[in-house]
Formats: sequence, C-alpha cells, structure tokens
Amino acid sequence: MIQKRFETTAKAVADIQDGATLLVGGFGGSGLPSHLIAALVDQGAKNLTVVSNNIGAVSDGVAALISNNQVKKIICSFPVGPHADDLIARLQNGTIELEISPQGTLAERIRAGGAGIPAFFTPTAAHTELGEDKETRMYNGRLHVLEQAIIGDYAFIKGHRADRWGNLVYNKTQRNFNPVMATAAKITIAEVDEIVEVGELDPENIATPSVYVHRLVKLEPVREGRVLING
Amino acid sequence: MVKDQQKVGWSKIELATRVAQDLEDGWFVNLGIGIPTLVADVIPEGREIILHSENGLLGLGPKPEPGQEDMDLVNAGKEPITLKPGGCFFSQSDSFAMIRGGHLDAAVLGAFQVSTEGDLASWKVPNDPLGRVGGAMDLTVGAKRIFLCMQHTSKGKPKIVEECTYPLTAPRCVDRIYTDLAVIYVTDEGLVVHELAPGVTFEYLQERTAAKLKIHATGLAQGDTAK
Repeated sequence: MIQKRFETTAKAVADIQDGATLLVGGFGGSGLPSHLIAALVDQGAKNLTVVSNNIGAVSDGVAALISNNQVKKIICSFPVGPHADDLIARLQNGTIELEISPQGTLAERIRAGGAGIPAFFTPTAAHTELGEDKETRMYNGRLHVLEQAIIGDYAFIKGHRADRWGNLVYNKTQRNFNPVMATAAKITIAEVDEIVEVGELDPENIATPSVYVHRLVKLEPVREGRVLING
Repeated sequence: MVKDQQKVGWSKIELATRVAQDLEDGWFVNLGIGIPTLVADVIPEGREIILHSENGLLGLGPKPEPGQEDMDLVNAGKEPITLKPGGCFFSQSDSFAMIRGGHLDAAVLGAFQVSTEGDLASWKVPNDPLGRVGGAMDLTVGAKRIFLCMQHTSKGKPKIVEECTYPLTAPRCVDRIYTDLAVIYVTDEGLVVHELAPGVTFEYLQERTAAKLKIHATGLAQGDTAK
C-alpha cells in the first residue's frame, strides 16, 4: 500500500544532505511551507542552494535558513523584505551568492526542469542587466535570452488537502509556486492541513497529481493571528 | 530641484481613479505593487474589467472589510484582497504564461525612472545589492500596453528623464505615464501631455520633468479632482 505520510516534519527532512538544491514554494507568507523550513533549520544541512520567489521572514521564511548560515546560493526574483539584513550582510562578506531571476523566468525555469526541457529562449530580460552574459537569439525580430532549467534535489511545498497517494488541492492564492515546484524535484515534500483517503478529493480539482509528491506531513491548522509576512 | 509651494495635483487614490477611467470594458489588466494596487478599489461602476494578479489569480476585487482578511487570498504586494464572482486561481507558471504570451490587455506598474523613448527602470536603484524585479520584466515584454502609475517626482527629483540612469526593466515599453500631476503619452514624436491634474500648469509640470514635454495637438484638458 502506498504510504507517503511522515509523522513529523523532522523525519520528512532528515535525509537532506549538505550541498542540496532546495525549491521552496510560497509567495510571501501565502503557501509558504514554513514548518518544513523550521524543521530544516533544526536539521542543520549546510551549503544549500535555495530557489524561492521571496526570502520571507526570519520567523518562518527562507530568511531563517540564511540567518542560520545554511545557504550558499539563493535564486529568487524579489529578495527584498523586512528580514533582508542578514542576506545583505552575507552578500557583502561574500559568504552567499544571489542570482536574481525575473519571476516569470523563474517559474518557467522550474516548469522546464520538471518537464524535461533543459533550456529555453524568452524575451524577458533582453537588453537588461539580468540578460547580460547569456546566449541570445533573434526570433520574429525580437531579442531573446537563453535561460537554463532548474531541478531541485528537494522541493518544500504547501498544500491545503492531500489524499494518501499525494494528490493535492490548494486554497486560493496559496497555490502560486507550489504546483510548478512540485514537478521539478527528485523528492517533493508537501505540508498540508489535512490528509484524506484516496477517492475523497474531487478529481476535477486536483492541482498537483500524486506522481509529483513523495512525502506528506499533516500540520495543525494555522494559528489565529499568525504574523503576516511581507517580502 | 523645485520645492513645492503648495499641494497641487491628484492624491494617490485620485491618481488610481484616473488610471481606472482609461481601462476599457472587457480588458484583462495586471496591477503592479504600490499605487497601482489601489486601482482595484476604484474600478468604475458597471465596467467589467478582469484584474490579474501575478501570484496567480484573475478576478481580483477590492480590499476586504476589516476582519475579513484571508492570508491565502493576497495580491502581488502580499496584501489581502477579495475575489470577484467569475474569478479563478492558477499556478505561477500559468500566470506568467498569460503575461508573457500576450494575453493581458494592459499592465499598470510603478517606476523609478521612465525615459522619452519609453524605457522603464523599476527594479533596482544603483548600488543596491539586492534589486526587486518580481514580474516587472515579464510584464513589460508581454502585456499589450504598459501604463505607469506613479508620483511625478521622487524626493523632489524628476522620474521622467531623457535617458534612464538606473538599470532598465525593459527598453521602449511604456505607452502612458499617469502621475499625480499629469497624464502623458509616450509617442514617436516624444512625450505628449494630454491632461493636467487640478492646479497644475504646463510650466509647473515641465519644471519637474527632466525631459522635453509637448502639448497635445488638440490642447490640454485640465483634470477634475477624480471622482
């Protein structure tokens, strides 16, 4: 019988090695797998490459991994926020590398990684600093830049409900990067509010098919009055 | 630099209202972070405009009532919003496929600088170690029209310039500039002023603009306080 459920976030992240590439879903605090991030802070894996749209807050975002000196490289579109000071300090002393990728390019690089496409041309960032040093080509009279796919060793994603197989549904804009990141990692770990029996989710509403999800952890519902994360 | 003698022009919400007046029935429109997000609160009654938010929704509605905020229903600025009937959610890759694939009629964005040619700089100030590109570079290559919605100056310095000195978001992408002082079109003949905000004269506007402005051939409208 298929059983992807892990009892705790600690067990779900226990085998993550130093040097791993980690995709982290969420857009600000919405859809952020904050419990898995917290477990990885406790677990302590180092020299991570983290791919995430934002860096979030030290309390429950990727910023916590940065502040705990676990990150050697971050790939994101919007590294600004109230908790960016630790990132800036590490950029200035050269202990972390920042790669800024336009948000749509970031999403497509991850989609390509999950879909077996190694690279693609996009008009985004042509004639800009973020397109420098990249291969370019003209299509339809317009300059395009070559962007490389991203594949993670692990993806941390947040879903609303899962079934035992790992099919996922999301709640509103919590979806954001989660479905695409789920496709692009060797091991995708989802934290969800609820796990139900196979057949209970409406097949028409499943946004992430079970083939992409390898581990599930059920969490207690989010507490009232949880801090809203900006950035 | 010119010091403001008195407050003239549109407030932020009046500016957003002025932009909303020019969004046409049936358009799909992305709203960027900052003043553009206010446009969602002032869509003219009876006009069906479907607002897109880059984080993955169509059908964005106004701010929720106090106490009704839902952390899983947010806009590009991570602020709580509402969903209109007919709205839907989708993933980040679908959201940017819509943007890059040319499916949006307009994007309303903020700016650090915009040039006579319509070059836009909006993601990084010089010497910033971070930068904040978000979806701006995808929107500027993908949306059919780019409308800027911004303060005319920043700390007294003009944001409309001959050439951008900040890193570019995209070259030659801006169609119109809506500021607290005026509505300006970017055209092959240069920057053409169509409308002045209440209390603003052409001379006052030109003094606060580091690029040559032209007056629209049929003359200048003097805007009301936008309602």
